[in-house]
Amino acid sequence: MTLIDPLIALATRGVTIFLMVAGLYVVIARGNMVKKLVGLSLFQSSVYLLFILPGKIVGGTAPIIDPAFEVYAHPLPHVLILTAIVVGIGTLALGLALVVRIREAFGTIEEDEILAREDAVRVERDE
Amino acid sequence: MIAAHLPVLVVLLPLFGGLLAALSRHNEAAFWIALVASIATLAAAAALAGQVMAGGPISYRIGGWDPALGIEYRIDAVSAPILLLVAAMGVAAIVYARRSVTVEIIPERVAWYYTMMLICLAGLLGMAASGDAFNIFVFLEISSLSTYTLIALGRDRRALLAAYQYLIVGTIGATFYVIGVGLLYLSTGTLNFGLIVERLPEITSPRALIAAEAFIVVGIALKLALFPLHAWLPNAYAYAPSSATALLASTATKVAVYLLARYLFAVFGIQRSVGPISVADALMALSLLAMFAASLAAIFQNDIKRLLAFSSVAQIGYITLGLAIANEAGVTGAFLHIMNHALMKGAAFMAIGAILISAGSSKLDELAGIGRTMPVAAGALTVAGLALIGVPGTSGFVSKWYLVLGAIEAGRLWLAILIVASSVLAVLYVGRILEVIWFREPAKRSLEAQAVPLSLLAPTLVLAALTIWFGLDAGFPVELASSAAKALLGVSKGALP
Repeated sequence: MTLIDPLIALATRGVTIFLMVAGLYVVIARGNMVKKLVGLSLFQSSVYLLFILPGKIVGGTAPIIDPAFEVYAHPLPHVLILTAIVVGIGTLALGLALVVRIREAFGTIEEDEILAREDAVRVERDE
Repeated sequence: MIAAHLPVLVVLLPLFGGLLAALSRHNEAAFWIALVASIATLAAAAALAGQVMAGGPISYRIGGWDPALGIEYRIDAVSAPILLLVAAMGVAAIVYARRSVTVEIIPERVAWYYTMMLICLAGLLGMAASGDAFNIFVFLEISSLSTYTLIALGRDRRALLAAYQYLIVGTIGATFYVIGVGLLYLSTGTLNFGLIVERLPEITSPRALIAAEAFIVVGIALKLALFPLHAWLPNAYAYAPSSATALLASTATKVAVYLLARYLFAVFGIQRSVGPISVADALMALSLLAMFAASLAAIFQNDIKRLLAFSSVAQIGYITLGLAIANEAGVTGAFLHIMNHALMKGAAFMAIGAILISAGSSKLDELAGIGRTMPVAAGALTVAGLALIGVPGTSGFVSKWYLVLGAIEAGRLWLAILIVASSVLAVLYVGRILEVIWFREPAKRSLEAQAVPLSLLAPTLVLAALTIWFGLDAGFPVELASSAAKALLGVSKGALP
């Protein structure tokens, strides 16, 4: 157990950094608006891990005071991240709602196609 | 009894007003709820400002918890003017919205529009009132999410695209901010500003602190549209409904600037250097780039709303420049320009909104001679434009005066010259507008323009009048700004307010 716990901690740290970088990459590199939002969600998830991980103490238990235990995990990061998760859900829901409206208005959710069409409209208007 | 709870009331009033407006589902009722809530908020903010000026900083503990455990709201000389400004612009934008929404928003969505305006106000006021880093993140997201909705309610379909792009960029910014807050929390074990400042000297390894600073500053810079992170702003301002543009241009970026000042002066220290360059130098370089590049971009815009949006990016450059100068006159200039720019840009966006509503266009080439058919709106636009240049007699002159003074006091004459030189670019883009609206033969659209109702023009004229008043008698804003500057600089020298 003493050997496995640090290994898990190391792996989760790796996952945090991977999610952060991969999420941000997807947001920047993808033109599909739903995929961008997926990337954004991954990016936000990494922050949840970033906050919660240090609150976990090896061998610690849930922070309910009991004479049988001495080491407790830090509860505050969990509460903070509960709020951050709600904010993340709100952002994702609003983003998806916007994508639905964009699809109704433009007929596509590919960013470069929309920009190309807008340019075509502008050229037509100028002529 | 109530006076003791003002710091939290100033946030709760618009928040609950927003809920009521949503529940009412009735356009007329929603307007009156919004108006009453925003006026009550303004009264609360004014009372708070009075208390702070008379008796120093106010600390309010939510639920009576100690700041180490709970959330502390802290109103001091820095946040009080911001609260006052946001609340006042909220009232102006809501009064203006009454007529503008009938043209710009689908009737079924009007009640929701007021809801979003109030919740946006609650978020912005919360950011200024709270003294808790994570609580500020939550308020930042509250204001951002409602802002995306406000922009998406614009009548052009490109408003949706602008809202989506802002959502992506804004969320990255907010997430960067919260990563930085997480690192600060890991190093200090607290989220309270005052306690973070107390515990920072004890930190032996600066690495986490540098990472925290980088994440927080970049995150906030995205929200305040600091050049070159401003790409979201022109589209968002150009396609949002007129009243939303006026509200956002005069409040959202200003609160972000306030937050940046808080972190740079009180927490990290603006003169601290990472490698060979200090934060102040980097901020100064970006501000100068913003002043010149964005003004240059503004000169080549045809849509007046977009032109004013680029001008906003440039004017934000003046504000951050004042922070980067980091002496009393410079920071006073920055806070003066926060207030003055809010008033003049609010007036400008409201005036062009009135023109857009009655003439159906905000394109320069279609609005030739609009000054002859709509002299009042065009007059307000002219006053705001002159203030953007910094013509003596307008408030823009006073704030630029303090910026130049700060640059000279810092021994940087070249900086003072650059500030004046960049105003020449403002002369060019404002001059283009003035030439078209006053001196050209009226175009077809201008002749067909209908007279606009007084309720649309009244808030516009009040803001334009304040722009002139604060240009002639700058006593009140200078007093607010200089006490904010003193509080900020006092903190950066290590003494807590």
